[in-house]
Amino acid sequence: MNIELPVISDTQVEILLADLLEHYGYDFTGYSKASIKRRILRLYALDKAVSFAEFRYRINNDNFYFKRFVEQITVNVTEMFRDPMFFKTLRNVVLPKLGTYPLIRIWLAGCSTGEEAYSMAILLKELNLLNKALIYATDLNPVVLEKAGHGMFGMSQMKQYSENYILSGGTNDFSSYYTANYSLAKFNDELRSKIIFSTHNLVSDHSFNEFQLILCRNVLIYFDRELQHKVLQLFDDSLEGLGYLALGTKETLDFSQVSKRYKRIPGEKIWRKVN
Amino acid sequence: MNKCDALIIGGSAGSLDVLLKVLPALSPDLSFPIVVVIHRKVGSDSLLPELLAGRTKLMVKEIDEKEPVKPGVIYIAPSDYHTLIEQDHTFSLDYSEKINYSRPAIDATFQTAAEVYKEKLVGLLLSGSNADGVNGLISVKAWGGITVIQDPQSAQVAYMPAQAAIQVKIDYVLPIEDIADFINLLS
Repeated sequence: MNIELPVISDTQVEILLADLLEHYGYDFTGYSKASIKRRILRLYALDKAVSFAEFRYRINNDNFYFKRFVEQITVNVTEMFRDPMFFKTLRNVVLPKLGTYPLIRIWLAGCSTGEEAYSMAILLKELNLLNKALIYATDLNPVVLEKAGHGMFGMSQMKQYSENYILSGGTNDFSSYYTANYSLAKFNDELRSKIIFSTHNLVSDHSFNEFQLILCRNVLIYFDRELQHKVLQLFDDSLEGLGYLALGTKETLDFSQVSKRYKRIPGEKIWRKVN
Repeated sequence: MNKCDALIIGGSAGSLDVLLKVLPALSPDLSFPIVVVIHRKVGSDSLLPELLAGRTKLMVKEIDEKEPVKPGVIYIAPSDYHTLIEQDHTFSLDYSEKINYSRPAIDATFQTAAEVYKEKLVGLLLSGSNADGVNGLISVKAWGGITVIQDPQSAQVAYMPAQAAIQVKIDYVLPIEDIADFINLLS
């Protein structure tokens, strides 16, 4: 029974978050406290930290460890075609509407290791829209973006992803989109060529373009209400009229000021900017 | 016993039947919230709250993120997210790695609730086939809360409560027919 009282207090969590802001400019103070504390405790145990003082010292003085800290306290769990019905709606409703534009700009905010960006590229390709589309896939964390850029995912996931793909309305052979290379599946360069991976921090960075579709799924759940308001405003500023905003299954626009300008697609967490 | 500020019920295989027996006998004016975290398939979302709502006069709802935790409501943890409880008595959802092959993980809810409600938390672990919830009950105990398990002999799958009995000091071991009365007396 060695996992009794947590070894890091709420006050110590506040200290670490203040350090990150002061020394590195990363602002996690608007993140949900319970979640970020769990992430920090997990890393503390994983790395067998000896004391809080030592843990704190390493984060503040070892640049390599700082990068690990940021990677580990943010959640980077994602999959291809997660929530297949959501992708089916993109395929059947949203993307055909956007197909009339000469250039389709899509922002995938909080893209993590890129699984959704490649899923989106596959959808666009199947609708013959890939050649006139650009997917801006952003994350605050350069480490995951580097992985995303390689377009290589574990072969062991492919069975699940293929099932998701079929449930989302895909009719091709999913394995035609990648080349198996030992334990990794390398996705085709054609898909990669339409994705721009770049760092962007939703907390501190501004709007950088106008889009017809913004996807940000399972990111807002980690933010407190105040930060959610701010980020939804950022999305509103970055979305063209008649553009679409997609959130995660358990996320909503309802509480936000911007919601009055949006109309929801029934049954989906997708909203269209109507005025 | 201390006043109860929250009851968290965790379970896996064999726990739904227990809930279906217990809910109809619950008092309709409980003075605390009940949070139910049971393992289930992804995508079966609206079915479980509907199923349970049909068995009780208490309000039953699936948890929304940032929702305040209110007394007299039975909250159901959504599938494929961990449910956490914040110090300001709101729910947070989290899509991090599975714990004990499970999302939702009972441990995550027990552990965060333990820190919030301390000696006024009651953690109840039902039938199940893995040890999710056991570390959570250790936390509940460490923060001074009350630990309760379904009597493993009455469980369809005894492993989960039996593991808890081995690893944690358990305050109450209850056969199914005593669970509702126990909960009503917490109020």
